[in-house]
Amino acid sequence: MRKWLVQPEFSVERNALLCTQCQVCVRQCANDVHVFDERDNAVFSDSSHCVGCHRCTTLCPTGAISVKRTALEFRENANWSASVIRNLYRQAEDGGVLLSGMGNDRGWRNYWDRLVLNASQVTNPSIDPLREPMELTTYLGRKPDRVEFERRDGKMIMKTRLDPQLKLDLPVMFSAMSYGSISLNASVALARAAAAAGTFANTGEGGMHKSVLPNAPSMIVQVASGRFGVTPEYLKCGAAVEIKIGQGAKPGIGGHLPGEKVDAQVSETRMIPEGSDAISPAPHHDIYSIEDLKQLIFAIKEATEYMKPVLVKIAAVHNVAAIASGCVHAGADIVAIDGFRGGTGAAPTMIRDNVGIPIELALAAVDTRLREEGIRNRASIVAAGGFRSSADVVKAIALGADAVYIATAALIAMGCHLCQKCYTGKCNWGIATQDPLLTKRLNPEVATRRLENLLRGWSHEIKEMLGGMGINAIESLRGNREHLRGIGLSDAELRVLGIKHAGVGA
Amino acid sequence: MKRIFAREEYCLACRLCEIHCIVKHSKSKRVVSAMRDEKDTLVQSVRVEEQGRSSFAVQCRHCKDAPCIDACIAGAMARDPGGAVACNSDRCVGCWSCIMVCPAGAITKSATGKVASKCDLCADSAVPACVENCPNEALIYEEG
Amino acid sequence: MKKARAEVLILGNSAAAVGAIEGFRRVDRVTPITLVAKEPYQAYSRPLISHLLAREIGETRMYLRPSNFYMTNGVQTILGEKARSVDPVRRRVLTTAGPIEYGKLLIAVGGHPVIPPIKGLGRGLPAGVFTFTGWNDAVAIDRWLKSRPVRQAVVLGGGLIGIKAAEALQARLIKVHMVELADHVLPLALDNYAAGMAAERIRQAGVSLECGTTVERVHADPAGVTGVDLRSGKHIPCEMLVVAIGVKPATELVRNTRIKCDRAIVVDEHCETTLPGIYAAGDVSQATDLITGEKRAIPIFPRACMQGRTAGINMAGGLARADRSFAMNSVDVFGLSTVSVGLANACGNNLEVLEKAGPAGGSYRRIVIRDGMVVGALFAGKIDRAGIVTGLIRAKINVSAIKDMLINDELGLLSLPSEYRKHVVEGEGIEI
Repeated sequence: MRKWLVQPEFSVERNALLCTQCQVCVRQCANDVHVFDERDNAVFSDSSHCVGCHRCTTLCPTGAISVKRTALEFRENANWSASVIRNLYRQAEDGGVLLSGMGNDRGWRNYWDRLVLNASQVTNPSIDPLREPMELTTYLGRKPDRVEFERRDGKMIMKTRLDPQLKLDLPVMFSAMSYGSISLNASVALARAAAAAGTFANTGEGGMHKSVLPNAPSMIVQVASGRFGVTPEYLKCGAAVEIKIGQGAKPGIGGHLPGEKVDAQVSETRMIPEGSDAISPAPHHDIYSIEDLKQLIFAIKEATEYMKPVLVKIAAVHNVAAIASGCVHAGADIVAIDGFRGGTGAAPTMIRDNVGIPIELALAAVDTRLREEGIRNRASIVAAGGFRSSADVVKAIALGADAVYIATAALIAMGCHLCQKCYTGKCNWGIATQDPLLTKRLNPEVATRRLENLLRGWSHEIKEMLGGMGINAIESLRGNREHLRGIGLSDAELRVLGIKHAGVGA
Repeated sequence: MKRIFAREEYCLACRLCEIHCIVKHSKSKRVVSAMRDEKDTLVQSVRVEEQGRSSFAVQCRHCKDAPCIDACIAGAMARDPGGAVACNSDRCVGCWSCIMVCPAGAITKSATGKVASKCDLCADSAVPACVENCPNEALIYEEG
Repeated sequence: MKKARAEVLILGNSAAAVGAIEGFRRVDRVTPITLVAKEPYQAYSRPLISHLLAREIGETRMYLRPSNFYMTNGVQTILGEKARSVDPVRRRVLTTAGPIEYGKLLIAVGGHPVIPPIKGLGRGLPAGVFTFTGWNDAVAIDRWLKSRPVRQAVVLGGGLIGIKAAEALQARLIKVHMVELADHVLPLALDNYAAGMAAERIRQAGVSLECGTTVERVHADPAGVTGVDLRSGKHIPCEMLVVAIGVKPATELVRNTRIKCDRAIVVDEHCETTLPGIYAAGDVSQATDLITGEKRAIPIFPRACMQGRTAGINMAGGLARADRSFAMNSVDVFGLSTVSVGLANACGNNLEVLEKAGPAGGSYRRIVIRDGMVVGALFAGKIDRAGIVTGLIRAKINVSAIKDMLINDELGLLSLPSEYRKHVVEGEGIEI
């Protein structure tokens, strides 16, 4: 039965003067938009299948194709936007749950775009990062309450035993993206780029494929509610273990990898039957209280002989400060907070767009709460959820983060065009798919190089911004909210963020 | 001597290599004109083979002991100063002995059907056009 | 006369000789080489004489190498002199320019055109009757064509030489009658079906074709040939006759020696004859056929080059082998491309034959398999990538798993076993 109410979202236009009928677009579209018509001896484009991924426009040798939003316009209506209306049509035809990939695309206020940074002038000179050393090295892990030294044999020896730390060359890591939701080539590229850049990548809940094993010392292995691929070897091979309690894109619900994406390799890595849906339940069924979490944290510490930091990843929700505090008291060495703009391979649209709070507010709340309790040193904070640039990173650190997780930005660096159709498994860029015809498109050498370039560029930009502020070590920025000012924010927002409005001095 | 190697695991069968080979050897050197107006006078020197999900681009291997050089009765196939095997179409008489002996099947008749045609490693460029324009770096240009 | 001595002596000046010079010089750039040949020309490509006669190419394109080739390679040439006999005992060759002593000898004298015992072709050919194996023949025919109106010509022989002669004459606007003894043209290379395709092209070109018969008598008057009688009884008036039924290796040079001869001079995989220090290469030689395992004369251009080179390297003290030859021919028959490799038209109990004809009879492919390996291939009409099959024959690849793909036009490298495919892509050490 044709779905009459559902209209095409994109309109594919072909410039006849530039099109040479070379058919590269035909060969490269996984959604069968472009087809070669033998009778007309020309390529014909069926816009109804287009998802706006730009594969064809990128590869067309003459730039003959353009993809635009369908010109179909509704009468202006502030309350009933085009996308709201389209969602209703879709549900009327399907009766199902609306699904989306990637992160919240609604116009919720993006606080990074309302925060500005300081720069030095006159009294506190700025520093040139090309001339003077600029320290971005970041240690994630529990810091001791006090450091004791003693003199032994004429030397000063530190008595205090330090908890295990993760050493990062820059305060940016790759967030959890499970192998299964993304292709093996993408997973391998993330691992290799992290190792090359002196930072870490997170396995996500899909376990660790053997191709990633050589880079295991640069991996944070995740233990999620489905416990996919979790074995003692898995826990010990990485640099740290992360217990995933929640995810910013879909707080309160679990994960779902459709059976079509579970091929032989995914099946082997996750330790589930091939073709079966991989469902991660909402709660860990062995964690129903904060004491249960503490038990799991220490079980993992025992299993890894207390040699690796344990992270707990939570979604940013209303009570995030109290929850984070609880996690720290439960023994977490690092708390990762995922804001509601975080990405995902698949989530119900309503939950993705309406549940949770922005990372900016959550981060400030957690940092403030932990400082007020006097336990800020007991755990590092890693912020996640839609970081788009080095400026976002610097602002996050100023708000209180020790480091930042990026995922969407990394995927875009590898070629993602944010068409949000990851859940179909037909990613034209070879990233969010297991189809071998499509995964070929992501050459891991090229992807690794692009990710390394991204981190190198951001690293340099962060140094420039720090230098501009007269700071030569990232530590001096951490939680230093004096370096931030808000613009166009309400008093309540300024209060939660713990910052002043632009124009107000020290 | 540098040669072109194709990595099967990264080839997408998009055939941009074939297109750019034609453009490179066209008169206009512009994609639109070459593909639309000159297509009948050109034949590409690289061919993407496809079978199931496997694909890769095949072009002249510029073999160390090239059988086509021995087979050529007109002295058209010879090694150029750079070491590549080059076909001089001014000497070729179209006997197709080269096509008969090339184990890679890399030689074809030209668009006119009168002389032999094959990869010349884009003699006047630093990097061959196919390598330069492969969107997934499946084609590499290296010693070996 | 001064005693002539050549440390390295080459008899002949065609593809094999050129190959030998280049092969020798790869190893030894010092020892002088002497070359004796009966034709007065610098080394030229014999297969091109039909193109020369047809006026498609000029003199400069005939030569195999630039004019300074002999000088830059340290070769002294004695052209226009014939080698008469080889005297292995006294290690010398008797030539029309006197005896020449040799250290190492290469016999690369090719062959003579066969003149059958036909009434009317007695001692000395009548005017207007030609063979077609050398530059002189092309020049003589051209002169004949310019000297009188020639309306019709008969070409005796529907093999490679005959077809090329017919093409050249047809290009000169002569009406040609081809006469072939076997059932169809190119009897050694094509099978019935492919030969049928060729016959149609021949007739479309305005050339008459009679198969299963031969010329029994040649008529001539003092001015020259006037016509021929076929065995079938038919009489064809003509002002020219080209005898193109084959070439016989010129083994008379070694007739009274202990050098082993069969149809041609027998050589081993180093191109050495049964007498050490004496080598033979090209059409005059007979080496092991890769497919049949027997010693066979295979008079084709690429083999002559390769054998010459092998002999040259070995004569210089290097080590080379020429042990992978088999018959192969690529010839356009009046616009129909044909490629015939190995036992292309063979049938037999131990042979598996795969055949596929394309739509509207425009193309045809025949593959012959023995013990799981390709031993013959025939392409007519479409010859794309034929060399892939040639490579399979040469490398003796087991094709049992890919039989069905061999007769498809789409056959490519991807169809082949990956180990062999890797070897081909590497392009290392491929020899004919």
